[in-house]
Amino acid sequence: MISLLERREKFRTYFSLTINECIKIGYDSLFIVSIVSIFMGAVTTIQTAFNLVGPLIPDYVISLVVRDMTLLELSPTIIAIVFAGKVGSNIAGELGTMRITEQIDALEVMGVNSSSYLVLPKIIASLLMFPILVIISATLAIGGGYLAGVLTDVITGQEYIYGLRYEFNPFNIPFALVKSYVFAFIVASISSFQGYYTSGGALEVGKSSTNAVTNSCIAILIADYVLAQVLL
Amino acid sequence: MIEIKNISKSFKDKQVLFNISGKFEKGRTNLIIGASGTGKSVLLKCLVGLLEPDVGSVLFDGRDFSSANKKLTTEIRREIGMLFQGSALFDSKNVEENVKFPLDILTETPEKEKLEKVNHCLELVGLNKVNQKMPSELSGGMKKRVGIARAIVNDSKYLFCDEPNSGLDPLTAIKIDDLILELTQKLNTTTIVVTHDMNSVVEIGEYIMFLHEGKKLWEGNNKKILKTNIKELNEFVFSNKLMKKIK
Repeated sequence: MISLLERREKFRTYFSLTINECIKIGYDSLFIVSIVSIFMGAVTTIQTAFNLVGPLIPDYVISLVVRDMTLLELSPTIIAIVFAGKVGSNIAGELGTMRITEQIDALEVMGVNSSSYLVLPKIIASLLMFPILVIISATLAIGGGYLAGVLTDVITGQEYIYGLRYEFNPFNIPFALVKSYVFAFIVASISSFQGYYTSGGALEVGKSSTNAVTNSCIAILIADYVLAQVLL
Repeated sequence: MIEIKNISKSFKDKQVLFNISGKFEKGRTNLIIGASGTGKSVLLKCLVGLLEPDVGSVLFDGRDFSSANKKLTTEIRREIGMLFQGSALFDSKNVEENVKFPLDILTETPEKEKLEKVNHCLELVGLNKVNQKMPSELSGGMKKRVGIARAIVNDSKYLFCDEPNSGLDPLTAIKIDDLILELTQKLNTTTIVVTHDMNSVVEIGEYIMFLHEGKKLWEGNNKKILKTNIKELNEFVFSNKLMKKIK
């Protein structure tokens, strides 16, 4: 980690690299994040309704559950897992290929700090883009839940919105954002480490990508538990 | 000039290089030759700083690279141009961006001047109208040429080539050899080529260091190499039928 901050290049070099990474990491992940989020919200609504049927439980509880589950767990954690699968494997594969084809050596020979040049923009871009993806995901998941609830007559639109507002704890939003920053750092740093230290050939690049996803997922789940224990 | 003094290198318990010394003069093509697994590439990596020798020093025009601080290491590295075995072009950049990369990252040269320099270097290596092509669209020989253009674009004082002919047909290999010789003389660089290609040895070996099992067994030039009595060197030099016939 310290080597990332040593012998850095010009600021504008990092600026343009970070913008490129933001596009790759953030914009290019929008489609999969949107699809997963909409269905995640829709399924949560249907399953909550299925499990909470009863005369004593008001319908608005469904959207209350969707809201809290989305903000506290589903959007930050599930999307982090998706993020690890898409972005993490991409980072590890890219850096691993650069390593085995001597592109990283070429940077070092030129006097460029390769770890700083290649890894730092990916970590910064992940920290910038993943919280935005989580916010978009939460919005779409709640929207997906609304659509599924209303279209299947499980809940009316008014009740759904009432449930969303009912006993809302504003701390859930900063909690979700804290989680998203931690998960973004975990995915970017573990995947970069796996890719950067690849040695061997194409087989090892594949292994690095797999390890990046597996290790990121395990680290995300452990961090998820620790953050819940500490912050809630 | 690059001078190496008593370089030794081992990986865990396996010693790969044993006490190697030598001088690589400026303005001539210096070859490090030997069979596969003799430590040529390890020596080259020690020279350019990708590996640290266990013992010994590497001097770039008197500046000790092995014990240099970070500032001097960066300074020396920025005077080095290297052609890698697989060319090591950046996949995400086109030819122009690849060649321009050292200028972008290491200099404050205005964009117009950078492009002029890139085009000049591409012309020197015999390439034109390929600026916008991606590395995946180039042949092996073209990739090597682009790699050489990238290595010299920053007015490098030291040019290193790791197996420049590997994977090339004989005709292209000779062209690459001629190009390295021509650039060394024209730009007056200290050029070190690691190879096991006998064509290169005969064509451009102005100084040759022969490695065998990690030790320097012989040094000389392309005229003397065909007349030595060293068994290991003769086995290497006259390993193919054509060379045996020449002998």
